[in-house]
Formats: sequence, C-alpha cells, structure tokens
Amino acid sequence: MLNLSGQLINLFAAMLLLISFAMLSQRRVLSLINLFALQGLVLAVSTTVVAYSSSQHHLYYSAGMTLLLKVLVLPWILHRLIRKLNVKWDVETMFNIPTTMLVGIVLVVFAFNLAAPISQLAGTITRGTLGIAMACVLLSFLMMITRSKAVPQVIGFLAMENGLFFAATSTSYGMPMVVELGIALDVLIGMFILGIFFFQIRETFDSLDLKHMEKLKED
Amino acid sequence: MNSLFLQLFQDALVVLIAPMLLGWVNQCRAWLQNRSGAGVLQPYRNLIKLFHKDAVLANNASPLFRATPYILFASMWLAASLVPVIATDLPLSKAVDVIALVGIFALARVFISLAAMDVGTSFGTMGARREMLVGFLAEPALLMVFFTAATISHSTSLVTIVETLAHRQFVIYPSLAFAAIAFIMVLLAENARIPVDNPATHLELTMIHEAMILEYSARHLALIEWASALKLLAYFTIGCALFMPWGIAEAGNLAALPVALLALFVKLALGGAGLALLETVTAKMRIFRVPEFMGTAFLLAVLGMLIHFLLGS
Repeated sequence: MLNLSGQLINLFAAMLLLISFAMLSQRRVLSLINLFALQGLVLAVSTTVVAYSSSQHHLYYSAGMTLLLKVLVLPWILHRLIRKLNVKWDVETMFNIPTTMLVGIVLVVFAFNLAAPISQLAGTITRGTLGIAMACVLLSFLMMITRSKAVPQVIGFLAMENGLFFAATSTSYGMPMVVELGIALDVLIGMFILGIFFFQIRETFDSLDLKHMEKLKED
Repeated sequence: MNSLFLQLFQDALVVLIAPMLLGWVNQCRAWLQNRSGAGVLQPYRNLIKLFHKDAVLANNASPLFRATPYILFASMWLAASLVPVIATDLPLSKAVDVIALVGIFALARVFISLAAMDVGTSFGTMGARREMLVGFLAEPALLMVFFTAATISHSTSLVTIVETLAHRQFVIYPSLAFAAIAFIMVLLAENARIPVDNPATHLELTMIHEAMILEYSARHLALIEWASALKLLAYFTIGCALFMPWGIAEAGNLAALPVALLALFVKLALGGAGLALLETVTAKMRIFRVPEFMGTAFLLAVLGMLIHFLLGS
C-alpha cells in the first residue's frame, strides 16, 4: 500500500480525469473556463505534492508557474476575451454529448492500456498516473475535435498542455526548467495570438464558427 | 440469538425513522428557502391522516392495483433492513448481496409501473414510461457503483464490504470518490429528487413519480409514501455503508451499539441536510436531459472501476 502522498497524488490524478470529462460534457463557455482554471489548480497542487514527496525543488517552481499562468493569467485573458467578443452562447458540439462521453471512455481504456507497459519501466512514485495523464491529453484532443467554435477549441488546446505537463511530472519528475519556461512562454504568447485571431475571424465571417474557414480554400 | 435481536431491532428502527428522515430533508429545504417549515414530524401526521381516510378505487382497478402498495412497502422495508445500518451482524444480510438488492429495487419499480398503467389514465401511463426511462439507466450505474466497492473488498456481500472498508487503516480510494458521485446522481434520480423530478408537485407535466401514484388514495397512498421514505432511507444507508462506514458496530460487540446508533443519526442528519442543499441550489432539468444525466452517472461509475484497476487502489 502506498504512503499518504502517493495516495494524494492518485486522488489528484483522478480529479484531473474527472475535470477532463466535465469539460468534455460542458455546454457553456463560462463554465468551461472555470473548469480549466480548476484543472490548473489541481495540477499545481498535485505537482507540489510530488515535489514535496520526492524532494525535487525545481518542481516547486513549476507548480508556482502553473498556478500563476493557468489558474490566474490564462483564465483572466479568456474571461476578458469572451466579454469583449460578447460570446456567452451554449457551445455547439458536432456529436451529442453522450456519444462523446462514450468515445471518451474508449479513449481512457486505450490510454490506460498504452501506459501500462511504460509505467512499469518508470521508477517514480507517480508512475501509476501516467495512464491518467495520457487519457487527459486524448480527452482534450477529443474536445478540440468535437467542438465547432473557436474558444472551446482553444480551451481544449490549453487543457491538452495541462495533460502533457502532468505526464511529464508523473514519468520523470518534470522537464528541465528551460523547457518548462519555454512551454509556458509558448502557451502565453499562443494565447495572445489566438486572441487576436478570434477578432480577425469574427471580423471576416461575422461568427466564430470554424466551419466557415472551409470557404477559404480555392477550388 | 443476539443477531436475531439485532435484525428485529433494525427492522423496527428503519421503518420508524424513515418518515423522520423525509421530514428532516423537507425541514432543511424549508430553512434554506427561508420558510419556517412544517417540522420533522409532518410525514407522520400525513401518514396518520391518510390511514384514517376511506380508500377510493377506480371501477376497473384490478387486484394488481390493490396489491401493489403492499408489495412496494414490503420490498422497500426488506431492502432497508438488508443494509447494515448499525451492526454488521445481521442474519438477513448474509442471504442476499448487493446484486439482489438492486433486484429488489427493480421488483418494486416493475410493480409500481404496472399499477400506474392498470387504471388506464394517461398520466399514469406517462409516469410509468418515464419511470422506466430513468430506471433502465439508473440500474446499471448503481450496479457499477456496487462493483467498484466489491472489487476493493473482494466480495459482493454488503456486510463484507462494510467490514473491509470500516475496520482497516484509512486509505484514500480515488475510485470510491468517483463511485460516490455516481451514487449521489443515482440517488437523486431513483428517489425522484430535484434535478430529475420534483417530489413536492402534483401539477407539473414533467412529474414522474407523482404521476404514477395519482390514482391512489388513503391507506394505499400512505403505504406508497411510507415506501418512498423507506427507499430514501435505504439509499442513504447504502451510501453510508459504502462511503462512510465508520462507527458501525462489529459482530458480537453489543457495547458499540449506542455509538453506532449515534453515528447513524449524525450521518443521516448530515446527509439529509446535504440533499436539501443540493436540491435548493440546482434547477430541475428538462426530462430529455435525464438520460444524459444518468449516462454521466454510469460513466463516472465505469471510470471509478477503471481507475481502480489502473492505480490498484
């Protein structure tokens, strides 16, 4: 049986998976952003627990950066964006939600099976959670595929980055600090650029529905 | 001898406190809605009032219609007395496991639905159809919740599950957290509580449970309402047994009974207040959202099971 911090990490991993499913089934943009912030918070707390139990000090910085960027800055930018774009519509999905959830379950089984041999090779305290991290990545990917509007797709992209970060923490106690800083900067800049894109897309098509992008191709 | 006494004591206890639990939930709801409320004893007064009235039956009511309240009451009483509430040393509990428990709930559901269609009113038929719509989705979710707990304790017997979870060192089970959320969703749907059905209405077109029992009056109605209260109590005690089994008396330990009784009342009071809070902060959803709601419950239960196998805890 694992010690307490191992159990806590498992619990947080399970919560991450739960939040991924909640995002997949969420119909409203505002709740989606709040769920994304919550996911960041759980990620930061679980990283702190990993840092404490494995005494890897650089993980504290990662956790702090996650807290600052994914719980405070990015949700704030997203809130500002949807206020300026004035989009509080119900998210439209390509499939109905129960079908998406069923596909999600299949993805989780797939990810768990895929991760099982890899996590046996890892020697970290958190090796069991790799399957959950991969499931989170795949579920965010599924969310990007099934949503037709731009804002939920971007939130799916950001959630996927959360999953990747968690996978790195669970297999090898995080990435080198330089890489993590680079990714954080990437996400932040990407968010700004995508924010500008939103306004451009809306100006061109009078809508944030990405189906209109198909008109751009030349026959 | 002891265990027989315990069984009889529990049978009497559950049937007597079930209306009080309902009254407590209603009282909490009234407080949360800034009303003074009718008090926790109001369900008893309702039952006495209904038992004193003369029953009115439709001309074309069959014996099934008359028998159903008794079957319903008996099966709910049986279900509530099977769950280890204050002690794990119960002779009846050994006879059936969690799967049979789900079967007992299904039996009651089949009979109430048949009786609702028996007289031939459109409301009754509609209610029965909706009850089946909710039921066929709630049942697999409930079974998956039980299976998650059963894989942890390697037994489908509720007594063994409680003994395994209650009397060992404290461990966090992420899988049980998922199962708990799924169980709460099933509890809301099966007991006709707010996001799925409104227990306080006889007027809405969206009602499910109330639509089925519109034709009943007097002692039949009293038995059905008592059975609903017993069902709520049974679900609460199952929830306590699976997710917070602490304080229950071990086999052969009679001295722990007062503590167990106190623990039961505290857990029921907290659970009832929680249910009232949940019902106050959520809005009733459209009837065609219900399959999605129950699908989510099933999904959470399956996820709990998968996580149990992945994390081994």
